[in-house]
Amino acid sequence: MNDTPVKKIWKSIGTPVLSIVGFAILGQLIEGSTNQYVQLVCLGALANIIFAISLNLVNGFTGQFSIGHAGFMAVGAYVSGYLSTEVVKVPGLFDFFWFAIAGGLVAAAAGYVVGLPSLRLRGDYLAIVTLGFGEIIRVILINTPAVGGARGMGNIPRPVQVEIGEYALTPWYLYFLVAGFFVAISFIVLWRLTHSTHGRAFLSVREDEIAAQAMGIDTTKVKVRAFVISSFFCGISGAVFAHANQYLNPSTFTFTKSVDAIVMVVLGGLGSLTGSVVAAVGITFLMELGLRQVTEMIGIDLRMVIYPLILIFFMILRPQGIFGTKELPDLWRRR
Amino acid sequence: MNILEAKNVTMQFGGLKAVDNFNLTLIQGELAGLIGPNGAGKTTVFNCLTGVYKPTHGTVHLSGVDTEPLKPFQISHLGISRTFQNIRLFKDLTVLENVLIASNQHAKHTMLDSIARLPRHFREEARLRDKAMELLRIFNLEGKSSIESGGLPYGEQRKLEIIRALATDPKVLFLDEPAAGMNHKETEGLMDTIAKIRKDFGLTVLLIEHDMKLVMGICERILVLDHGVTIAQGNPDSIRKDPKVIAAYLGVDEGGH
Amino acid sequence: MSDFSQEFIQHLINGISLGSIYALIALGYTMVYGILQLINFAHSEVYMIGAFAAYYAVKLTSTVLGVTLVPGFLTLVFLIVVAMIVCSVLGLTIERLAYRPLRKAPKLNILITAIGVSLLLQNAGQLLFGADPKFFPNVMEDSTLATFGVAELRLFDVVVLGVGVFFMTALTWMIQNTKTGKAMRAVSSNATVASLMGINVNYIIGITFVIGSSLAGVGAILVGMKYPKIEPLMGALIGLKAFVAAVLGGIGSLTGAVLGGVIMGLCEEMVVAYLSSTYRDAFAFGLLILILIFRPAGLLGKASQEKV
Repeated sequence: MNDTPVKKIWKSIGTPVLSIVGFAILGQLIEGSTNQYVQLVCLGALANIIFAISLNLVNGFTGQFSIGHAGFMAVGAYVSGYLSTEVVKVPGLFDFFWFAIAGGLVAAAAGYVVGLPSLRLRGDYLAIVTLGFGEIIRVILINTPAVGGARGMGNIPRPVQVEIGEYALTPWYLYFLVAGFFVAISFIVLWRLTHSTHGRAFLSVREDEIAAQAMGIDTTKVKVRAFVISSFFCGISGAVFAHANQYLNPSTFTFTKSVDAIVMVVLGGLGSLTGSVVAAVGITFLMELGLRQVTEMIGIDLRMVIYPLILIFFMILRPQGIFGTKELPDLWRRR
Repeated sequence: MNILEAKNVTMQFGGLKAVDNFNLTLIQGELAGLIGPNGAGKTTVFNCLTGVYKPTHGTVHLSGVDTEPLKPFQISHLGISRTFQNIRLFKDLTVLENVLIASNQHAKHTMLDSIARLPRHFREEARLRDKAMELLRIFNLEGKSSIESGGLPYGEQRKLEIIRALATDPKVLFLDEPAAGMNHKETEGLMDTIAKIRKDFGLTVLLIEHDMKLVMGICERILVLDHGVTIAQGNPDSIRKDPKVIAAYLGVDEGGH
Repeated sequence: MSDFSQEFIQHLINGISLGSIYALIALGYTMVYGILQLINFAHSEVYMIGAFAAYYAVKLTSTVLGVTLVPGFLTLVFLIVVAMIVCSVLGLTIERLAYRPLRKAPKLNILITAIGVSLLLQNAGQLLFGADPKFFPNVMEDSTLATFGVAELRLFDVVVLGVGVFFMTALTWMIQNTKTGKAMRAVSSNATVASLMGINVNYIIGITFVIGSSLAGVGAILVGMKYPKIEPLMGALIGLKAFVAAVLGGIGSLTGAVLGGVIMGLCEEMVVAYLSSTYRDAFAFGLLILILIFRPAGLLGKASQEKV
């Protein structure tokens, strides 16, 4: 309570600063030790982390069930992709930040539009509405020539290489920093939110809506909030995805993409942010690196068969996910 | 002063009148009891008064405010709090979290304060936490603050529901069978605590019980409900002697139904 | 009659015919939902397997038995029976292996398992059957039965509608009148109480899967007859739409599923005819969202109020 001003500031921005420094170092390590393909997968993993934790806010913490989050991701991806290819032709490094934020804001607006009427619905019905919304977004994208229609949108730029003396910061590394920044910010915002009075309101809706109402929680407002915040970050994950792949196609954002995020959230544990991170990284690497190796060895593409099998066995054998509702630090804490 | 006024409240489900023409006036600071056999409509009365159900007819005023257009959470903000007969704790959350959620409406920090972890966030979180622990202490539950509430023994779950209801800082407290499932000694202890918090917090309390003996000891005024109809009201002595009440409880057939 | 109204009649015929196929598949969703409160995502893949079962049945009869099936009514019946059997076995297996172990697990887990089974079958199908489309065997020769100006009534539409109505009527009769049907309704209303009354709940759930899956099989043959191109991912979209139809009608309600199916079929046909073909799929979902906003439990569904 009687902290010095320096300590007060540190409590506010300490973890964000440290984690961004962490990503700067991590990027150097990855770039120095792996090939381009692995580097691309790493960017994909960062996009997936944001995708998974943002969905966890709705599905895990608030107990609603969205199976159409790929739609919000698509909105963010296309808005930011359009800004960087069509509006600003040669973007500078800092442009990439506001592209992502613009993508997030438009996605958040979409989240508000979907969230508001859906709130009269419960459980499975809400799920179907989100699914329908995701499909509608996809059909609209296919029918919009400005963003390439069914052909998709290519040549999405990365930052221009920066040279400091003999040392070069590559486009990949620079974008890794941008993506890392957003992973850090998304995670920290969601963590701080869920670990506060306002975050507990989400949990109360998940646990028992009627009791929550009786305790003075405006459950409708809480649900809309969860939807809007979640779709904002989901839009950001789309922006990262767009600039990681440098190519967008409406067929990427099908129901299967939403399922990917659901799998990550459930395997990690509903209501565990660190669990989502572990699962997002794990699944991205398993799919792109691990199972691809197996596929090349036996010559048949078994990836898409093994993936659902893992899912089914996981559900039957460890239904609460890796961490349950616990967070990584809880595992070291004495009970 | 009348803190709560319910006039002609009727609740109809299809062809069934669960509550028929219910009238109640609670005076600031009183402890009233609502009794009646199982299925008499007591819990439905609670649900009508707290906004869970919208009554088919009738009005409810709380401190002079008509609650008809209000949602349950707004009614809670006006100062009604309740417990549930079939215990509705947030059972995957800890004991402390349960209490904290109820004090959400008194938090002075915004979401942005929390996201940026500004000093106000830490100050408010600490204040609410202290207040919650204070409440837990009254019921001797402070030692279990970090246990999942679903893991508490039954009696303590009921206590926690009362604590949670108190954390909203209510003017009127509705208790729905708070002693259900408790043995005689636990019940007596609970009744003492209820009498005590009512005095300390300056509460008006309405208590549901289906066991008549329990409420006789502490309630100043008792309403008896049977098949949705108020069949008697008055002080414990007059209720005890009322032939209609005796008939309802012993199941004597009054004219064939 | 004007050209416009003749065209309209044509679209009406097409829409109802398409709608009865949606209805058949929607019944499977709604029955399983009514009894397990589970969106059986794997149902669309059961339907897909039904189509392939018929495809291979024709191949096998000619290569192994040396019998070439002559297109006609008997072939139709034969293929429907094959598809029904294969689909029932598959549906039962899925229930037994993937859903039954999770009977007491949270709903979300079963739902995710269902999505897993659906993905598994789709991808396994691509490995086994190949991803490229195959041509569905010629079940019967189509012909024009009657014409009204430019509109014509074709044999296929009559067969599709006839077969659809036959199975829907049979199902309704069964649910209303047989002992098993009554037990199904009991389990759907309250599984715990039903089991206390001596109903073998697992058996009834099994029966539900058998019936729902075999109806998907029938649907597969009818679709194959009308649109003779089949591929392992064919179930995804039609399954989704059938499910939307079930929700639209009020999930859990058999009449609702049929009504929803017909509305979906008609709307889709009309949208393609008079508005825009590219927005066909978006329209189906838009309609669903609109209906759910005004009737959150679907057209014929009952809104349940939680007991407090």
